[in-house]
Amino acid sequence: MATSAARAAERGAAGSGEIPAETQLRIYETMVLARRLSERLLQLQRAGIVPLAVPCDGHEAIQVGSALAMPRERTIVYPYYRSLAAVLAYGMTPLDLVLGFYAKRDDPSTGGHQMPGHYSRRDLNIVTTSSVVGTQLVHAAGAAYAAKVRKSGQVAITYIGEGGTSEGDFHEALNFAAIHKLPVLFVVENNQYAISVPLTKQMAVANVADRAAAYGMPGVIVDGNDAEACYLATRDAVARALAGDGPTLLEAKTYRLAPHTSDDDDRGYRPLEEIAMWRRERDPVPRFAATLEARGLLDEAGTAAIAARVRAAIDDATARAEASPDPDPADIHIPVFSTPEVPGRTQ
Amino acid sequence: MPELTYRNALRAALTEEMARDESVVLLGEDIGVYGGTHLITQGLLDRFGAKRVIDTPIAEGGFTGAAIGMAMLGLRPVVEMMTWNFSFLASDQIIQNAAKLRYFSGGQVGVPIVIRGPNGGGVQLSAQHTHSLENLYGHFPGLKVVSPVTPYDVKGMMLTAIRDPDPVIFLEAGALYGTKGEVPEEEYTVPFGKARVAREGKDVTLISYGRQVNLLLRVAERLATEEDVQAEVIDLRSIRPFDEETIVASVKKTNRAVAVQEQWRFFGVASEVAAVIQERAFDYLDAPVERVSGAEVPAPYARNLEEAAFPSEQQVIDAAHRVLYREG
Repeated sequence: MATSAARAAERGAAGSGEIPAETQLRIYETMVLARRLSERLLQLQRAGIVPLAVPCDGHEAIQVGSALAMPRERTIVYPYYRSLAAVLAYGMTPLDLVLGFYAKRDDPSTGGHQMPGHYSRRDLNIVTTSSVVGTQLVHAAGAAYAAKVRKSGQVAITYIGEGGTSEGDFHEALNFAAIHKLPVLFVVENNQYAISVPLTKQMAVANVADRAAAYGMPGVIVDGNDAEACYLATRDAVARALAGDGPTLLEAKTYRLAPHTSDDDDRGYRPLEEIAMWRRERDPVPRFAATLEARGLLDEAGTAAIAARVRAAIDDATARAEASPDPDPADIHIPVFSTPEVPGRTQ
Repeated sequence: MPELTYRNALRAALTEEMARDESVVLLGEDIGVYGGTHLITQGLLDRFGAKRVIDTPIAEGGFTGAAIGMAMLGLRPVVEMMTWNFSFLASDQIIQNAAKLRYFSGGQVGVPIVIRGPNGGGVQLSAQHTHSLENLYGHFPGLKVVSPVTPYDVKGMMLTAIRDPDPVIFLEAGALYGTKGEVPEEEYTVPFGKARVAREGKDVTLISYGRQVNLLLRVAERLATEEDVQAEVIDLRSIRPFDEETIVASVKKTNRAVAVQEQWRFFGVASEVAAVIQERAFDYLDAPVERVSGAEVPAPYARNLEEAAFPSEQQVIDAAHRVLYREG
């Protein structure tokens, strides 16, 4: 039996090529926007203003890098609850997201019906997913099948944490996608903890990507805190998908810099020094800034301008969301069915 | 008698039974190092070790099925569903296997398993974290289904559940984990299939279980102080086995009944209550039995929508007024 290292070598390097300078800057600005918005939402929750926050801190590189590598008009997105940065990159606005966390009537994802973090915008082909992890993978496989049958030229991408890969849906989705050579990317954001449960209690293999071989698809490992590597690995997988070569399992090794949600106290299961080390040495946002500075694409003034734009956008979104109306309980039955049920005797 | 929270009463029951019986093991997501996402199992890993307090992968069907296997070979697993909503993924194991193995093996194999976790809503987590599954699991022969509301019953019924030779669906009122009540330190059990009269009254019977019992007690207090109506409140405690006697005896006394449930109106526990009353106390009824239930929508997230989706004090009072012919 090949060792996982040997199998990793067979997979070859993850992604190659160059990224246009303009795209590099866009990746960076979106990452900053996501980080600042994630932090703001946690602050709002801590202040008792919104009920729940679901941070994406630490996951910005894989989420934004992958999203901006996708062919925008041809992409169907099945995000997961931590995909705040990804959905911003796919075109949702800070206001869209903040409205959801405030559970307002005009929240485009769900109108206050579903928990925040279940992103949905039909016009952007971002599809709502379940709170129960894993179901979106099967849906993405089905959507990719529809794209193939309808010859729409579309490609599906879906996201999940490493913990979610223990669900049966992961196996069933990858198997189905591989059998039918579907144009779909399965992105696993491996942050090493499923709430409190560490990787070693989740699986006995070192890499989620090692499982790809069992389904008959490439399993690619990428440094999930390296935005450029994430972009390039995604671009390669998209090329395979659109060429009819089938699905890819892309595992991004990363780390969650914040709690699982605002309901979680992560100090009980992760060493503080471990969190501090990732923040200090591997945070994807300053890391990509340093790369851009070294390339002469970003300087102090440019960084400050981005920070100012991001702050203004978030302040504006927060103010507008706060002022917008709550859902109307009179409309509580809409839209359970496409056509409202004939009401029986009401309460 | 010491006061314990619902949460601590649960933990006390698990701790006592694990200390008494080495075959009791716990499985679930985040129950070990983390002590459970609702802190029910806090400290149990340290006390009983990793062989008996098992942090599982996120695989509800898998760990429930594994627990069924453990139960077949002499262990007494207590499985935590992080919320009962995640049990849909394990429902094939629960319904198709745990509930049927004794019958289908001609009595050769029993499955002494307890599956427990928070059930129902009230904590603003929306539909995929909010289902009330009493009627669903109560439907299947082979499963015992309980839904205690007081910390006293929580401890006593958990001990009964673990010692039961058959599968038990233990539905906890997740919104009440922090509420307190008197709980004896010594060992005691509360039997299944025996409802509790939570408040005595002569004018109307209000029937529910789980979190809604507290709503009924508030309503009964209001009816007494504002209108001098004495409502009797029945806490079913156990959905299967189902205590018809306590309901029928009460209705024979009050001649009027309102059944309340958090779940949806169609095919719910309140419908069963109403059916039992008309079968066994029809001649004693002075008014049709009323039901109060949740709105016919997936439980919404926004606070004002969630409140509108669950039974309210006013809805129960209105229903009581209808059976008392005190409308308008």
